[in-house]
Amino acid sequence: MNSNLAAAVIPKVDIPPVSWRRRATDHVMTAASVVTVILVLLPLFAIFAYLVYKGIGSINLAFLTQTPKPVGEPGGGMANAIAGSVVILGIASLMGVPLGIGAGIFLSEYGRNRYGDMVRFVSDVLNGVPSIVIGIVAYGLVVMRQKHFSALAGGVALAIMMIPTIARTTEQMLLLVPQAIREAAYGLGVSRWRTTISITLRTATSGVITGVMLAFARVAGETAPLLFTAFGNQFWNWRMDQPTAALSLQIFTYAISPFDEWHRQAWAGALVLIVLIVASVAAVRIAVRHGTLSGNA
Amino acid sequence: MSNQALPRPRFNAPEPERDPKAALKVDASTLPLLPGKVSEIPDAAFGWAMRLCGCAVVALLGLIVYQLVVGSQLSWHAFGWKFFGQSDWNPVEDQYGALPFIFGTIVSSLLSLVIAVPLSVGVAVFITEMCPVGLRGILSFTTELLAAIPSVVYGLWAIFVLVPIMRAYVQPFFGKALGWTGLFSGPAYGIGMLTAGVILAIMIIPIISSITREVLSVVPQHQREAVLALGATRWEMIRMGVLRNARAGIVGAIILGLGRALGETMAVTMVIGNRPEIAKSLFAPGYTMASVLANEFTEATGDLYLSALIEIGLALFFVTIVVNALARLMVWSVTRGQPARSVA
Repeated sequence: MNSNLAAAVIPKVDIPPVSWRRRATDHVMTAASVVTVILVLLPLFAIFAYLVYKGIGSINLAFLTQTPKPVGEPGGGMANAIAGSVVILGIASLMGVPLGIGAGIFLSEYGRNRYGDMVRFVSDVLNGVPSIVIGIVAYGLVVMRQKHFSALAGGVALAIMMIPTIARTTEQMLLLVPQAIREAAYGLGVSRWRTTISITLRTATSGVITGVMLAFARVAGETAPLLFTAFGNQFWNWRMDQPTAALSLQIFTYAISPFDEWHRQAWAGALVLIVLIVASVAAVRIAVRHGTLSGNA
Repeated sequence: MSNQALPRPRFNAPEPERDPKAALKVDASTLPLLPGKVSEIPDAAFGWAMRLCGCAVVALLGLIVYQLVVGSQLSWHAFGWKFFGQSDWNPVEDQYGALPFIFGTIVSSLLSLVIAVPLSVGVAVFITEMCPVGLRGILSFTTELLAAIPSVVYGLWAIFVLVPIMRAYVQPFFGKALGWTGLFSGPAYGIGMLTAGVILAIMIIPIISSITREVLSVVPQHQREAVLALGATRWEMIRMGVLRNARAGIVGAIILGLGRALGETMAVTMVIGNRPEIAKSLFAPGYTMASVLANEFTEATGDLYLSALIEIGLALFFVTIVVNALARLMVWSVTRGQPARSVA
């Protein structure tokens, strides 16, 4: 009935049919964009498939528990590099996370002005600085002073890379907290710093932690800034002021070497690296969801 | 009728103050449940601590510039502007010219853009305009997964999978079809400028396509509806209603991808061949600014050698800063005023 009504009210207009040419262009462009999606997803699947296929076969207990063997001897592993990566990332997180979250709090709670805009712009620009350049800076700051390569220098380089990312995501997460919640706290006579820490930050905890893990995952696989800061090491080292092995460095060294045995281990190392990154991100996410770290525990 | 029975809401109550300081000015001592005056000192201390963290970000940038400028003084005094125009890189005779590296960086980055831009814009268009809603989340998640793979893993894959494919299929094909241009001539090693461009393209597709998607999604819906109402096909709607409106933002996304490509180190170092030569053919090995740093920094023996390398780092830093600042401004010009979403 409604359609009858519409037919009565709306005057008839002659709409020329869409020409075959325009229709063909439409179909061709639709097909083209489907093809681009396939072309983009292809290398992704190729990389993951190859990584799992090559990596699984090479991982064994020795790989996870032993240090590298000299060239020519089969066996050995990357245990020291895995530990080194953990140490370097630990140092980086200890320095980068508090500073980054602090800068994020500044941007969202105190930075609604021109100075805040400047910090915002600078951190976006810092995000784009090549990681190898950050390595040079950490070399000048730490390695030149200490006179030798160290885990500390590697940690400093990675911390510099974490700060801008964490600052920007923390800001975005804190801005999502409704103003009314802050005002409710002020209304109860709670001071501003206490509100920021116990109310605002607490409400946004899971988002802030997600941002931190994003930054962590980004630097965890970094190799370039570690080349001349952590440098790498064939043996166990637990001292912060000595050259330290890192998983990504070891993968690089082995990948460009001419030995099949080392290539095999490079694949295993790459698989372990990705599994470690995914596992640490997932572990923190689960901890957030199940209350230990969440805001509403 | 029943409405009359309810008490009328009072709309003339004063609006609550928006300024947080104003809320604090309520004299707490008059409220029976709360303790007396709140001290201002911890508040001020916390505020300044946070401001200091904000300062630290700016200071970091200053520190980077300072380190690079001081470190490159020696080389700057020795060569001046000639450093960027000479193609002689000879550590034995202490002669340093950065031209081959600048050439390699520019060519490999542009090559990667040529490959990546159509692909990533196509993916962004598909995800925002054509894709069924159910598939949208999965697709954007998978393309972003590409960004999570470490650079060294890309390099590893490139050495053992991409290079043989390039050597056996892609390079002979281009050599036969386009060899007469001189761009695709010479022996097919597998490694070289072309392969570096391909792996770079794979690495920058996620960033370009995710920001393009961001930009396309802020094009107002009524633009699309208006073009469709005029009788346009879907592709015409995308071209005239969406892509044209998002132009500046897409260019920004591309430049952001360029910034990433310029500074990318590990994967390129592993496949470009590392030879400081300027060759016309894309099959020939090359060298980039980032990969010369990766390869030679720890082996630099002389002070001048180290200083020359730091100067390359300084040049790379300035170029990426300018490129990134430009890109940010262009993306902001489109997405400004829209609800904040993660661009990182």
